[in-house]
Amino acid sequence: MSDVTFHNALKTDQLDEDEAIQVIIEGKEVAIINLGGEFYAMDDICSHAYASMADGYLEGECLECPLHGAQFNVKTGKAETPPATVDLATYEVKIEGDDILVGLPNG
Amino acid sequence: MSADQTYIIIGAGQAGGWTAKTLRDQGFEGRVVIFGDENFPPHERPPLSKEVLLGNAEKEICLLWPPGTLEDADIEMRLGTRVSEIAPDEHTLTLEDGKTVAWDKLMIATGGRATRLPVEGADLDGVYTLRTIDDADAIRSKMTPDATVLVIGAGWIGLEVAAAARKQEATAIVVELADRVCARALSPEMSQWIHDLHVRNGVDIRCGVSFDHFEGDSRLQRAVMSDGWVIDCDIAVVGIGLTPNVELATAAGLATDNGIIVDDKGQTSHPDIYAAGDNANHPNPLLGRRIRLESWENAQNQAICAAKAMLGGEDSYAEIPWFWSDQYDANIQLMGLPEEWDETAVRGDRDAGEFVEFYLKDGKLEGAAAINNPRDLRFTRRMMTSGKTFNASDLADPELKLQKLLKG
Ligand SMILES: Cc1cc2nc3c(=O)[nH]c(=O)nc-3n(C[C@H](O)[C@H](O)[C@H](O)COP(=O)(O)OP(=O)(O)OC[C@H]3O[C@@H](n4cnc5c(N)ncnc54)[C@H](O)[C@@H]3O)c2cc1C
Ligand code: FES
Repeated sequence: MSDVTFHNALKTDQLDEDEAIQVIIEGKEVAIINLGGEFYAMDDICSHAYASMADGYLEGECLECPLHGAQFNVKTGKAETPPATVDLATYEVKIEGDDILVGLPNG
Repeated sequence: MSADQTYIIIGAGQAGGWTAKTLRDQGFEGRVVIFGDENFPPHERPPLSKEVLLGNAEKEICLLWPPGTLEDADIEMRLGTRVSEIAPDEHTLTLEDGKTVAWDKLMIATGGRATRLPVEGADLDGVYTLRTIDDADAIRSKMTPDATVLVIGAGWIGLEVAAAARKQEATAIVVELADRVCARALSPEMSQWIHDLHVRNGVDIRCGVSFDHFEGDSRLQRAVMSDGWVIDCDIAVVGIGLTPNVELATAAGLATDNGIIVDDKGQTSHPDIYAAGDNANHPNPLLGRRIRLESWENAQNQAICAAKAMLGGEDSYAEIPWFWSDQYDANIQLMGLPEEWDETAVRGDRDAGEFVEFYLKDGKLEGAAAINNPRDLRFTRRMMTSGKTFNASDLADPELKLQKLLKG
């Protein structure tokens, strides 16, 4: 896993349960999601048109795009409902103390 | 069994495209053929009055999927081909060139066409409607800063055209017969907000005006209102509504009434023929009445549901209608089709242009409209399907999260 670098993204108390927030890591928009106390990270820009997924609401394990309603599984990034057909990348999350670290691929 | 069946789709628009794609996604192994009279692969229309008209994007933005997607799924596309007749009992259809084609199941996704004004001068060069890519290209080329663009009808398309005209620095005039803009879809307060938005952006917008006819020598030069007001203009865009394309269905003996009559799965009065999209008059179980929608989400999701039903699916199409429009920097969204309400609640700041208006009847949410707040508006759908009642004062309190209100 040496091809991943972990970046400090957020504090655990900055994100309530069942909420999502956009953070910029190395110039990249990433959505951090708190799903029932577990944290996940996924690309924040919807693969359909252009919207911040973090502006959407969670529906079960999926985050729903606020613009046209495509749902992406926050654990896998899979595009579960139309109009999106392309999955979103997900990233490894580590919790150290109250820091949320997100692992982005190097290069 | 299904591998030797042929499913045909008439119409290569949004509903037609999604029908074909869904048949394959669901594992249908037979032939899937789309006949479309436009010379463009399955596409959606919202960008035509937005990005394309503004010159911010080329027409390819309208494609439903990247080029090759349907071909790779072994979907046969016969574009530039018009179907002229359906023979339900024979399970065949006839193309414009007289060829007969057999089908096992058929989807009629013929959408609709822009309603034309039956008036003097309507055929003049410079008088347009906006439905197709060609329409958008033609209008865009005429929207120059020195042009005067007259829009007849303050519905969604008309207002988006006016916004695009102003963005290109053209002079824009809108005339509307009703006493307010988008009167069928909006509350009086929302109509006023959108009216003011256009006035702020320099549109001369007049409601309660009855248009009479166009004048010009071969090219449009002016439009004349019933009260004698004469408007000099270079182009006119008529946005007075949509006429559903039901002629094929009517001639084939299928039941029609403001669209093709279908059930909650998209099935017409003939068991092997389905319809979906702008042309389909369908029951909405959540609203408890029949409706025909002219919206992006309906064209997609009704078609998906109907395609599944063509393969034996049992799900009914039951969704709270959702619609959006983009004008200047305002993203306008509507949830539900509220007909009556006894209370409204405004959440957010009207003057700052970021708010939701909720419509309540006996405490139940009948619908909502939002300016620049897609997040809360989308959540309204869950609140509406919950069947719960809400307090107007709670909804209006931005400190109270909608999620909490729904749970509480
Ligand atoms: C300019 C514009 C802007 C819009 N903006 C929005 C928006 O912001 N939000 C929103 O929710 N909705 C919007 N809509 C509405 C949305 O685009 C429609 O609801 C949707 O396109 C309907 O899809 P459809 O497949 O039913 O019909 P269509 O997309 O019209 O497809 C029907 C196709 O069938 C073809 N056809 C018809 N008869 C035949 C025949 N006999 N043989 C072969 N082919 C045939 C037609 O030519 C057409 O290509 C907009 C529409 C327009 C025109
Ligand atoms: S931008 Fe997310 S669904 Fe369209």
